[in-house]
This record gives sequence, C-alpha cells and structure tokens, in this order.
Amino acid sequence: MSGQTVQERRSVAPGGDEMSPALRELWQREPILKVRHLQKNFGTHVVLRDIDFTVHQGEVVCVIGASGSGKSTLLRCINRLEIPSGGEIYYHGELAGGDGFDWNRYRAKVGMVFQSFNLFANQTVLENCMAGPRYVLKKGKQESRELALRYLYKVGMVPYIDAKPAQLSGGQLQRVAIARALAMKPDVLLFDEPTSALDPEMVGEVLGVMKQLAHEGMTMVVVTHEMEFAREVSDRTVFMLDGFIAEDDTPEVIFGNPRNPKTREFLSRFMHRL
Amino acid sequence: MNLPTTFFGWVAFITEKYGVAFLKGAGTSVYLAVLGTLLGCIIGFLAGTVRTVPLTKEDNLFKRVGMNIVWAIIRFYVWVFRGTPMMVQAMVIFYGAAAIFGVHFQPLMAGLLVVSINTGAYMCETVRGGIQSIDPGQIEGAKAIGMSHGRTMLSVVVPQAFRNITPQIGNYLVSNIKDTSVLSVITVNELFYSARSAAGVYFKYFEVFFVVSCIYLVLTTLANALLHLVERRMNGPRDYELADPASIPELKAIAAESDREKAEMQKEAVR
Repeated sequence: MSGQTVQERRSVAPGGDEMSPALRELWQREPILKVRHLQKNFGTHVVLRDIDFTVHQGEVVCVIGASGSGKSTLLRCINRLEIPSGGEIYYHGELAGGDGFDWNRYRAKVGMVFQSFNLFANQTVLENCMAGPRYVLKKGKQESRELALRYLYKVGMVPYIDAKPAQLSGGQLQRVAIARALAMKPDVLLFDEPTSALDPEMVGEVLGVMKQLAHEGMTMVVVTHEMEFAREVSDRTVFMLDGFIAEDDTPEVIFGNPRNPKTREFLSRFMHRL
Repeated sequence: MNLPTTFFGWVAFITEKYGVAFLKGAGTSVYLAVLGTLLGCIIGFLAGTVRTVPLTKEDNLFKRVGMNIVWAIIRFYVWVFRGTPMMVQAMVIFYGAAAIFGVHFQPLMAGLLVVSINTGAYMCETVRGGIQSIDPGQIEGAKAIGMSHGRTMLSVVVPQAFRNITPQIGNYLVSNIKDTSVLSVITVNELFYSARSAAGVYFKYFEVFFVVSCIYLVLTTLANALLHLVERRMNGPRDYELADPASIPELKAIAAESDREKAEMQKEAVR
C-alpha cells in the first residue's frame, strides 16, 4: 500500500479512448446520481478516501470488493444513513444538501434494500409496504394498498400480506423489503448485500426478483458478493479497494480481462473459493 | 353489644362493620393508581420521546439550543421526582400550592397529580430505554423510504418500545396500587386511610390491617392477571392465515396489467 500515490491507485477516469462502445453508451445516458470526491472516516479510520461514482438512467451497477473496502459505506453515504466527511452528491444535477434540499424526499426516490431486511417488526407485510406511499408520499389508503399489492404481487408475496416479519423466512423477508422499496416508485434502488444474510437455498429467489427488475429497466446499484450475478446482470461492475474505486468497467472487462492487477488478484481469490 | 373474643371473630366483625368503607377506600386507591399510571404513561411517553430526538451538527442553532433547554427541563423534572419520596412530594404539592399560589387542591386531585407526575418521571427513563433498545435497523428502514423522525417514532419505534416496556408499566401499576397509601398524609380517603380510621375505633390494629392487606393482595393479583392478559393480546396471534388471492379484489387488475407488461417485454425480446 505504501509508496503508491492516490493517482496510481485510482482507475483511469472513464472516458477517452479506452472506453468500449458498450461503456460509452452507458456514459451517454442521463446521470441520476453523481458522487464526487466522496470521503468518509470514522474517527481516524478512513473508509472512503476519494470516490467518484456515477449512476445513469436504467443502469445496473454492481459493486464488488473485499470486506472493509468501503462498498456498504458508499451506499450508506449515498442514502445519507452515514454523513459523509467530504465530497458532494448530485441528484439529477442538483447538489444534495444544498439550499432547500429535502433529504426525506430524496430518500423517498433513492430506495434502499438492506442486508438485514429492516422490515417494521410491528407491522404486517401489507402495512410495511403501505407505510411509504401513505406516510411519505401522502397517498390515500386505497391507493397505498393498491401500490403495495402491485409490488407484493411482483415479488410473489401476496399470500403473506397478513403475516408479521417474525413469521417469514429470510428470502421472503427480503422480497417484501424489495416490494416496500418499489412501492415508493424510486428513481434508483440501492441494494446493500441483499443476499448475504440468507441461507443458500433462499439466495436464488431474491436474485431472481432482482434479475427481473433489472430486465424491466430499473436503475440499480448492487453491493454484492454474488459474482455470478454481477457478471450476468450488471451493465457496469465497480471494483472497490481500500476506499477507492479501483476499476469501473463493463462486467466483460472486469471478469474477463481486468486492467487493474488488483482486480485480477481479488477475483482469482474469489473465484477460487467458489 | 357483644364484642368478639377471637382473632377471626374480630376479622369477621371488622369485615362486616367496615367492609363497605374499605371497599370505597379500595375504589379510591384503584382509581388513583389506574388513572395516575395512565397519566404518568402519557407524561413519560412524551418526555421520553423528546429525550431521544437526535441532534446533528447540521441542525440549526435555534433547534439545538431549544432542544437542549427542553432536555435540561426534563432531566431536572426526573431528577427531582425520582429523588424524593412520593409522601414528601404529596405534602409539598398539597400544602405548597396552598401556601405559595393560594391554590387549594381537593386532596383527591392533589393525590392524582402526585401519582401522575411521580410515575411520569420513572416512565420517562423507562421509555427512553425502551426506545434506545429498538434495533437501529428499524429506524434505518424507515429513513430509507424517506420517513420523518416523528412519523418513524409514531408508527415504528414507539409501538415496539411500548410492547417491550409493558411489563414495566405493569410494575408501576402494582406499585401505585400499594403506594397510594402514602397519600393518606394529605387526607386522601383511600384504603389505608379508611383502615386507620377503623383501627382507631376498637384499637384492633392487627386485625384491621390483616383484612386490609388481604384486600391489597386481591387488588394487586387482579392487576397482575389483567396485565398478563393485555400482554398476551398485544403479542397478537402466533399464526397467520395465508391470504387467498381470489379474496383480494384489487389483484385482478394488477395481475392483468402484469401479464400485459410481460407479453410486451417478450415481444420486444423476440424483436
């Protein structure tokens, strides 16, 4: 780590001759989120050193990297669950946190799915999915109910609308959590290791729902250890290392012929384990 | 008139002679305990919730200073009322209100006030603990869909905290049934007060208070049973029914629309 300068450790900024046509097409789309020079430290422990990261309309971005590389912290900073130590976030070109910026309205449009589901334990499945439309989007009861049912139908959880979270399996909980996020009709959905807390046989059902969303054109940022999913589903794969983005390219490049030797090293270790 | 000669003879005699007075006294005790606990809960939930409002560096100066003043007031209130005996509080409020403000409370009202604010002080800390013990993930889940702090508290955190501290609320109710006895010092005619009056007539303290302790035991046992029932009710059913999709009228349109979308996507994929 020592001896390397910040510049060497960062990937070449996307753009220029090196961009493949597929990547160039993505970068020409309208950006929804732009993260610039994002930094985060917990006391003296620096988690995010200098992150430049953009999410475009309709794009599925997978973020991979070793534990402790800052993947989850990046997502949590984007959704303001952690307050960044430095840098800016632009949402549709508007500086987040600027004058008159409403964080709650922003969060309503930038959805998040957690590793630990975080469904409301005191509410039924249906109530969980109605809460956002009803209390945040201020929709009527019937309209909220229809929205909730629509997305519960999409994730195949309609039969369970009267169940409480404690009565469901991990895979079912995560599908409800996805429906709850979708009921807000978000611009972009952030997934923070959505399958890491699941038993192996339940991973598939959640990834299946996510794949379906990806095919429907949902803009998604997925922090994951599911390399197969990243390779298959993502439009762009981002490799994070020690609080930097070490490489940001199409999955074909990242998994096939990574430019950064650190990416290759990580993936060979990871693929070996599979 | 023939007076009884045995212990149980006296017990029967006193029960017959003062039973109605004791039951009236017990009624007052229960009234004070139930209403006092209820009002104390309201005070405690308000104060405890305010105590847990998060402040960040980004909040404006007005909010930060204001919250700190409110917190200081709550801390002072809790400090005073947890730090002094309820009996002393009753004396200070009952006689103090008359001496300083010229307000002459009915003893019963003064008693209710004392029980309420005393319970409120304890409840404040209980509620604060209850709120802090809720999984932070619950709050993050609410934040992530853009819920305000107030709404998160109202629909997610406080209901869960309430369930968790119900046993503690039960403790306060049982304590209050017994502790209303100290309000006899401000002449509230509750169970202990009526017992002392009765005991003075025949100088049969042991016999009278034997009867009264039985009444207290019955009251607290009933309170415990009731609370147990409430807790069970709050837990909700252990089972749930799988919903029959056919019984949900909205579903037909949703399914049809979904099928249409899928067909369109397939068409596009073929092209």
